[in-house]
Amino acid sequence: MVAGAGPAGSAAALVLARAGRSVLLLERGEFPGSKNVSGAAIYGPDVLAELIPAFWETAPIERVLTRRVICVTSEESSLSLDFATRRFASPPYNAFSVLRPRFDRWLADQAVAAGATLLNETVADELLRDATGRVRGVRVRRPDGDIEAPVVIAADGVNSFLARGVGLQRELGGHDLSVGVKEVLAVDRGVLEERFHLEAGEGVTYEFLGSVTGDVAGGSFLYTNRESLSLGVIVEIASLAEHRVRPYELLERFKAHPTVAPLVRGGSLVEYSAHMVPEAGQAMLATLAGDGVLVAGDAAGLCFATGLYLEGINYAIASGRAAGEAAAEALAAGDTSAAGLAGYERRLEERGVLPDFRRFRMAPRFIMGERMQRLYPEIVTGVAERVLRSQGGRPKQKLLPAVTDEVRRSGVPIRRLLRDLWEGGRAFGW
Amino acid sequence: MVSTTLAEKMTTVRFRPDHEPHIVVDGDICRDCTLHTCVYVCPANLFSLLSDGSILFNHEECFECGTCYVACNREGAIHWRYPGGGRGVSFRDS
Repeated sequence: MVAGAGPAGSAAALVLARAGRSVLLLERGEFPGSKNVSGAAIYGPDVLAELIPAFWETAPIERVLTRRVICVTSEESSLSLDFATRRFASPPYNAFSVLRPRFDRWLADQAVAAGATLLNETVADELLRDATGRVRGVRVRRPDGDIEAPVVIAADGVNSFLARGVGLQRELGGHDLSVGVKEVLAVDRGVLEERFHLEAGEGVTYEFLGSVTGDVAGGSFLYTNRESLSLGVIVEIASLAEHRVRPYELLERFKAHPTVAPLVRGGSLVEYSAHMVPEAGQAMLATLAGDGVLVAGDAAGLCFATGLYLEGINYAIASGRAAGEAAAEALAAGDTSAAGLAGYERRLEERGVLPDFRRFRMAPRFIMGERMQRLYPEIVTGVAERVLRSQGGRPKQKLLPAVTDEVRRSGVPIRRLLRDLWEGGRAFGW
Repeated sequence: MVSTTLAEKMTTVRFRPDHEPHIVVDGDICRDCTLHTCVYVCPANLFSLLSDGSILFNHEECFECGTCYVACNREGAIHWRYPGGGRGVSFRDS
């Protein structure tokens, strides 16, 4: 049994159904995807293509992403890294933009086509356990709602009441979790492709760091869909609470930033949404297996959000697939204890998912730090202005004095800056 | 319109409210809270501070995100569970 028909749960159900197992896939929403929100971009499409070859030919894809912009902002300025390549424009591609209510529904349909039984409008409230603590099923909020199963895959999302209820995930706090608020703005297709310099059917993603979120730790994004933009602000809950700012006010502030405003001009609101994001990486990974139970996707904290990489769906699919395979293997061997289900963690290890979390374990905290959030974006844009502003007849500065002048102006002690460079290097560089 | 008020944003979201509230705020625990973090962090602005210091919560337009109970500093003040099957928020275009 699989609780939650998001990318992790549907991937798990698909794999189990193909292995010939009888699979019940529970979804609390009206349909899969109706409760799910993210940017949304699917990176690393090879993960899904291994399950469904050339899925982009049938899946509801919005755009093929061929350009990525990382933009550092201060109040009035911005400096961008703008990468575009034809190498991302043909199969097997690098990323796609999607709308979750459509994409997640499609993925769940693939599990159903493989033989899984999807039960919509069914809330899984808690895991059932026998006297030894072994998970034996799920209690759902329906009459006679105890459903027994030899293995339960808890893919019930970031709030995961199932994993927390049996102690596989700890109680998470405001430093582990961020909240994202998002809008989809309709923009004419032709206008959109011209505005963002896009070939037909191709798309761009922007990520913003710095003053766009004010004093609150976090970042923001803008993705292109076929005929709309997805944009939003994702902020650490502890920081939001500390600064007593309302998330939708940050969203308005983001859209009004001088770099963002011309990009969203003329867009009309289609839908507003909000969701939590598990952003603490390695620090919030759940215990992945117990007797009779596996935890996958956001429920396990398997969302890869390091600032530079913002990838959740592919890690969810990878973990759902690994959980499905491990469950099928354990069922075939007749041992669904935690030891019998150890193939799950082994696969995540071999396929590089867990090593990624370890390798970038320092990134989430580094990127959320105050200097990274506020002071360094100001220094970076300040240096850019010093170098690029025409000096008329006055003498021009070389790069190093421009940097030292901006650092001095920011008040960051030089020793602190060097230490941050070192820590940033450890987080991302080596 | 690019710039919208929260009220305008909320009219774009489809909700099928549950018959009973899925979130219950314990007034006894909240009464001497001075932070009222829930009032600020909720993306749908569903928590209101009343003049007697208590918190009023409206469950009908809840995104079920969980931010309120994560941000709340009072143990047990916010009893939170998902609304019933098929109830609550139902995104279409996000």
